[in-house]
Amino acid sequence: MKVYFDHNATTPLHPEVKKEMIAAMEMFGNPSSMHAYGREARANVEDARRKVADFIGAKENEIIFVGSGSEANNTVLSLFVCSSSQCIPGSRRGTIITTKIEHPCVLETSECLAHQGVRVKYLNVDRYGKVDLDQLAGMLGDDVGLVSVMMANNEIGTLQDIEAITKMVHACGAYMHTDAVQAVGKVPVDVRKLGVDFLTISAHKIYGPKGVGALFVKHGTPYCPLIRGGHQERGRRAGTENTLGILGMGRAAEMRMIEMPEEEERLLHLKQVLQQGIEESIDDISINGHPTDGLASTLNVSFTGVEGEAILLYLDLEGIAVSTGSACASGSLDPSHVLLATGVDAELAHGSIRFSMGRESSMQEVEYLLDVLPPIIQRIRNMSTAYIKGGLHAASR
Amino acid sequence: MLQAGEWAYSETLKEHFMNPKNILQGENTDDFDGVGMEGNLQCGDQMMVVIKVDKEKDTITDCQWKTYGCASAIASTSVLSEMVKGRTLDDAFHISPKEVALELGGLPDHKIHCSVLGDKALRAAINNYYTRNGQEDKVKQEQAKVICQCMNITDHDIEDAVLEGARTYFELQEHTKCGTVCGQCKDETEVLLEKYKHIHFGA
Repeated sequence: MKVYFDHNATTPLHPEVKKEMIAAMEMFGNPSSMHAYGREARANVEDARRKVADFIGAKENEIIFVGSGSEANNTVLSLFVCSSSQCIPGSRRGTIITTKIEHPCVLETSECLAHQGVRVKYLNVDRYGKVDLDQLAGMLGDDVGLVSVMMANNEIGTLQDIEAITKMVHACGAYMHTDAVQAVGKVPVDVRKLGVDFLTISAHKIYGPKGVGALFVKHGTPYCPLIRGGHQERGRRAGTENTLGILGMGRAAEMRMIEMPEEEERLLHLKQVLQQGIEESIDDISINGHPTDGLASTLNVSFTGVEGEAILLYLDLEGIAVSTGSACASGSLDPSHVLLATGVDAELAHGSIRFSMGRESSMQEVEYLLDVLPPIIQRIRNMSTAYIKGGLHAASR
Repeated sequence: MLQAGEWAYSETLKEHFMNPKNILQGENTDDFDGVGMEGNLQCGDQMMVVIKVDKEKDTITDCQWKTYGCASAIASTSVLSEMVKGRTLDDAFHISPKEVALELGGLPDHKIHCSVLGDKALRAAINNYYTRNGQEDKVKQEQAKVICQCMNITDHDIEDAVLEGARTYFELQEHTKCGTVCGQCKDETEVLLEKYKHIHFGA
């Protein structure tokens, strides 16, 4: 049996998206061209823009198509180091506030900006991954230009109260960005209700194609392109449009609008069965993330005394795809920065596994996983120095 | 269109990961003549190696292990436990990470450090045997020499960094912070960098 429980990494194309993209394969015109070929491509790009805008409650001219969620996040943060008067003036409001649990594309860009003289402050999160709002209140001042807080965390699924955060941020005169890559398509997202100035979306997380994302920029917000040298996207993102990808993203957004509302309850039930099954069949585990305020599809579990990459690869041999917060799987030496920020011990972070389900995930798949997982954990613990029943650890600890 | 690629690991490694050999069952090490342990759980790798020794011939007759770690850590301890059987203590003491990696059919660069712990734990087990049997004179300490005085970085730290992927002086500094204060150790560090690159990667 094949089980794909890694939807937070990427999702398969929705069959409707695939159908529409295949039908559009012959469309090759450049949307900038005035002839019939160009007009056909243009019409499809604008149709997709309308669908994406509708999906998040935005206006069409507030949507910029980009190459990825990472590009959208880079674009927003980089507004900061541009000295043009159209951009967020870095000199007067030279501080960015973000969190310790952001995606690396936000954290690494922030670090890079810090080298260029931007002050960056990082918000702590509590043990469930919720941003410390008191700390935010203390940090906000007239030196702050931008606050960037992700809406749903990719690793543990914890949701932030973006609406409340945005109100605080606007009250101090700063702009608000949310990386909503993991939230859009899983929970309702309405940019007007949230009040945000910038919001990031990625197509491949919502059953669309890879290599395309969208950035919402509220009308009237200072903006400066990251990629320059063309009039595409009304001068806000140069480069000939990824017409086929954009068309697929539009269709994916449209399908999510139809399917998402009835999906959450079903996924939540699957997650509860999975969590309960793991808790009942495996000793010494801990659940990471918020118990109620998180994505219905994401379950993150730490297994004491077991290294995550070993679990991942044994599951892979059984046809089950998951991901891990262990350092070994990432190629770095540190385990998940998200889990460490929530106060999880490094050892438990090395032994964490993320199960992320999606629109096609079924109870049969959950049951198969629950059959396969306990013996794998048992087997790894049997060969582990770390795990001795009763919780005692071996000598040199 | 290509199908799913093979793992980042060799077939031999995959086989040792799927069917590890000589796992120590339970926690009791009383039947063994030497016990060694290296690494720690916070870093994500820990290995324990236990050996039985033919005291007449000074050879290893049995080697078992426990490992907390990733696939290459598990497989490298497994393959090491097969490699040492029948070898003399002295011979086994000198098994290098490179030999272990070779026996596994190669390791991706960033996984080499996973195979370093196994041979370290084995040496600890051999030293433990010497100590227990009144042969303290044979115990070989792996004395580390401080190279960077400012950051207290030893030659062992530099070797580990090379095994973890550092190939240039800059990368070495990123890994260890060596030479980031006064910089006086640069020449000595660069010599060591070249030495360890040569020893472990033939570069």
